[in-house]
Amino acid sequence: MAESSYVPTVLQDAVNWAQKYSLFTYPFATACCAMEFMSTMGPRYDIARFGAEFPRFSPRQADLLIVIGTITERQAPVLRRVYDQMPDPKWVMAFGVCASTGGFYQNYTVTPGADQIIPVDVYVPGCPPRPEQVLDGLMTLQQRIQDHRGHVQQQVGNTAAIGYTDRRRLPVLQDGTSMTLLPDERMPQDGRVR
Amino acid sequence: MAQRLIDFLARERPTAVIETVTHVGDEIALIHREHLVDVLTLLRDHPDTKMNMLSDLTVVDYLGQSPRFEVVYQLYSILHKHRLRVKVGVDEADDDCWVPTVTQLWHAANWAEREAWDLYGVRFEGHPDLRRILMYEEFVGHPLRKDYPQNGRQPLIRRPDAPSTDDQTTRLLPDSHDRRVS
Amino acid sequence: MSSPVAPPGRPLPTTAAETYDPRGPQAGELPLSPSMQAFAEEAERLPTDELIVNMGPSHPAMHGTVRVVLRIDGETIKDADVQIGYLHRGFEKECESATYTQIFPYVDRLNYVSPMLNNVGFAMAVEKLLGLTALIPERAEYIRVIMGEIARACDHLTCVFASLAELGGLTAFFWGNRAREHLWELLEDVSGARLTHSYCRIGGVAWDLTKNFEPKCREKLVKVRGLVADIRKLVERNRIFLDRMQGVGVISAEDAISYGMTGPCLRACGVAYDVRKDHPYSVYDHFDFDVPIADEGDNLARYLVRMEELEQSLRIVEQALAQIPPGPVLVDDPLIALPAKREVYNSIEGMIAHFKHIMDGLRVPAGEAYSYTEGGNGELGFYIVSDGSGRPYKNRCRPPCFYTSSAFRQMILGANIADVVPIFGSINMIGGECDR
Repeated sequence: MAESSYVPTVLQDAVNWAQKYSLFTYPFATACCAMEFMSTMGPRYDIARFGAEFPRFSPRQADLLIVIGTITERQAPVLRRVYDQMPDPKWVMAFGVCASTGGFYQNYTVTPGADQIIPVDVYVPGCPPRPEQVLDGLMTLQQRIQDHRGHVQQQVGNTAAIGYTDRRRLPVLQDGTSMTLLPDERMPQDGRVR
Repeated sequence: MAQRLIDFLARERPTAVIETVTHVGDEIALIHREHLVDVLTLLRDHPDTKMNMLSDLTVVDYLGQSPRFEVVYQLYSILHKHRLRVKVGVDEADDDCWVPTVTQLWHAANWAEREAWDLYGVRFEGHPDLRRILMYEEFVGHPLRKDYPQNGRQPLIRRPDAPSTDDQTTRLLPDSHDRRVS
Repeated sequence: MSSPVAPPGRPLPTTAAETYDPRGPQAGELPLSPSMQAFAEEAERLPTDELIVNMGPSHPAMHGTVRVVLRIDGETIKDADVQIGYLHRGFEKECESATYTQIFPYVDRLNYVSPMLNNVGFAMAVEKLLGLTALIPERAEYIRVIMGEIARACDHLTCVFASLAELGGLTAFFWGNRAREHLWELLEDVSGARLTHSYCRIGGVAWDLTKNFEPKCREKLVKVRGLVADIRKLVERNRIFLDRMQGVGVISAEDAISYGMTGPCLRACGVAYDVRKDHPYSVYDHFDFDVPIADEGDNLARYLVRMEELEQSLRIVEQALAQIPPGPVLVDDPLIALPAKREVYNSIEGMIAHFKHIMDGLRVPAGEAYSYTEGGNGELGFYIVSDGSGRPYKNRCRPPCFYTSSAFRQMILGANIADVVPIFGSINMIGGECDR
C-alpha cells in the first residue's frame, strides 16, 4: 500500500482542484447583505472570476450554500431544510455578521448565527461585508477544499432538526401551513431562553 | 396651532371624546372604546374630514398604568391633507383586552391589526382572520410587551450545545464527504 | 370587509404605440382543425382540481422573506395567503434598549436599499420631539437632501433591475448594477460605507461633504443617466417585457388608498400623493421637481413612475449641488450634538460630554410625535413615545412596504401564476422594512 498510496492522493488533489473552481452557489438571500451579494455578482467585482458565478436556485443542484442575511427563528427550519436537500459534498458560507453570529440583533427573534442550525465553513463578517471580503472568504473556502480539511464546525448531527424525518414524510402544504411541529415536539413552554 | 380636527370631534361627538391634546403640532384625541367605530366611521365619511387612509395602527404598552395599552390610529386624508391621531385605552385583563376591528373601514387595518395582536396581544373583535403575522404560530406570548424578555427566544429547531466556531480548536476530520445528516 | 375583487382585464390603451393585446388571440394564429376544435371544447368542460402551491420563502423572486401559498386552478390564482415575518428582527424591541444615537444603525437596516432616507426620517422624528426642526443648519438640510435623493435613485434603480433580472433580463441587471455602483461610490465617499451609512445625526449630519464631491457627483450623474437610458431602451419596447407588465397586477386608486399604499405604487394609480410636495419638509420647497403619476395602476405604470422619479431625484441633486450654502452641518448645542473627536481626545470637558452622550443618550422631553417623510417606497413614518429618558419608550416605524404588501393578495387574485413574480417585483417589498 505504501507504494500505491501516491496515486489516490494525487487523484484526490485533482478532484479537489476541480471542485474548488466549479462551486455552484445557492444564495439563501434574506436581508441587507443581498444588496452586496448583487454587487459581488455584478460587473465590478465579478465573482465569476473565481468559478462561482452560477447561482442555482435549486438546492439539489448546488454545492455552496451562501447564507446571506439575518436568520430568524422563523426562518431557521427553512434554512435547515434547504441545507438537508443539498447533495454532498457541500459547503456553507455565512455572509455577513448576522449570518455569523446574529450581529447586533440579540433578541427574541433572531437566531444567533446560522451555525446554530447548520455547519458553517467560512464566516465573512461585516455589516454588510464589502465584496472584496466576500471574494476573500471564497478564496479561503477554495483553499479549504483544496486542502481537503473538512468543515470548520463539527457536524450538528441528526438530532438538530426536531422530528425532521417525520415531517419530511408529511405533505408540506396540506393545510396551507408547513413546518408545524406536533405538540410533543415543541420546546418547553417556560422561559425558553437558550 | 392645529386645532381644527379635535374641535370638530368635540363638536360632533362630545360624549365619545375623553381628552384632546395638541403636542408638537400633532392633533391627538383619546376616545372611549365603545365609540371607536362610530368616531372612525364619522372621520372617514364626513365631507369635512374624509380620512380615507389609515396611515398606521400600533399599540403602546404602558406597563404599570391603567389602562395598560393604548391602541393608536394614525389617520390621514389624501383629499384635505390633514392628520389626526386617535387613541383608545385598553385594559390588561385578558377578557377586557380588546378593541373592535376597523377592517370594514380600511383594508389597511387587516394586516395592521394582525400585527398589533401578534406583538402586543390586543384582540380585535370581529377581525376576519386574526392570526399571527410576524411571529410563527408556535410562538407563545407577545414579544413587544414590556414584560417579555428581550432575549426570550423560542427556537423551532433544537440546538446542540453551542458548537465551536474556532478553527484552531476544531477536530479536523479526515474526510468531510463521509459525514452527512442522516 | 368587502371581498377582494379579481383585477378585471383592463381595456388596454388603444393608442398607436401599443395596440397589441397580450390576452387576446395572437396575430397570425392558425385556426384549429374541426377535430381539434371539438377537443378544445371538450377540454373546457373537463373538471379541474384545485392545487395548492407554495412559493417561498426561499424562492429567488420572493426576496427570501415572503411565503405565498397559492390555491390555483390550472394557471389561474384562486386564492392566496401571503405570509410575511421571515425577517422580523425585533426592531422596536432593540430600540427600547438603545439610545437615540444608537438607533441610527438599526434604521439603516429597515429599508436597506435606501438607508439614507431612513436616517433622515428618524432624525426628523427625534428633532420634532426636541423642537429642533427649525434650527437645523441649512447646509445640513441640503446634504440630507442630496444624499437622500441619491439613495432614492438607488432604491428605484434596484427595484427595477432586480425585477428585470427576475423576468430574465440579466443585461439590465448588470447595467443597473453598474449604475448603482456609481451612486454607491458617491455615498461611500461621503459617509464611509457603501450601504449602511449611519451618516445622519440628530441635529444635522455627521460631517461635511468631501472636497471634490460636487464635480465627482456631476460626473457620476452623467454616467448614471446614460446607463438608465440604456436600460430603458433595452426593455421598454421589448414585447416580452410589455406582455408581462402591461395590464398585470392592476389595483384601483380607491383600493390602493384603503390599503394604505403610498409612494410610487400609489402614484401609479393616479393619486399624486408625495410627502415632499404635499407637506414639504427639510428644504424640498426650494427645488423644482415634478411628481410623476400614471393612471393604470399596473406593473408597467409602477415601472414607469419609478423610472421617472429616478430622473426627478437626479434633478433635485443637481439643483441642490448648485444651491448648497456654506456653513456648519450640525447644531451648535452640546446637549444634542456629539462633541468633535478633536475635543474628545484633547479636553476633559469634551470627553465627559462624549461619555454622557454615549452612556446616557441625549435627553428627549417626554411626549410623543409622529413624523413622516417620503421614503423609497412611500410614506415612512416614525412614531416615537418618549418618557424623558435617553432611550425611547417606543419607537414605531410606519413601514410603507408593509401596507403595500398587504395589497399584494388582491393584485394577484385572478392573475396567472407566472404573474406573481413581476407583480411582486414591481411593488418592491423590502423585507427589512416590511417585517422590521
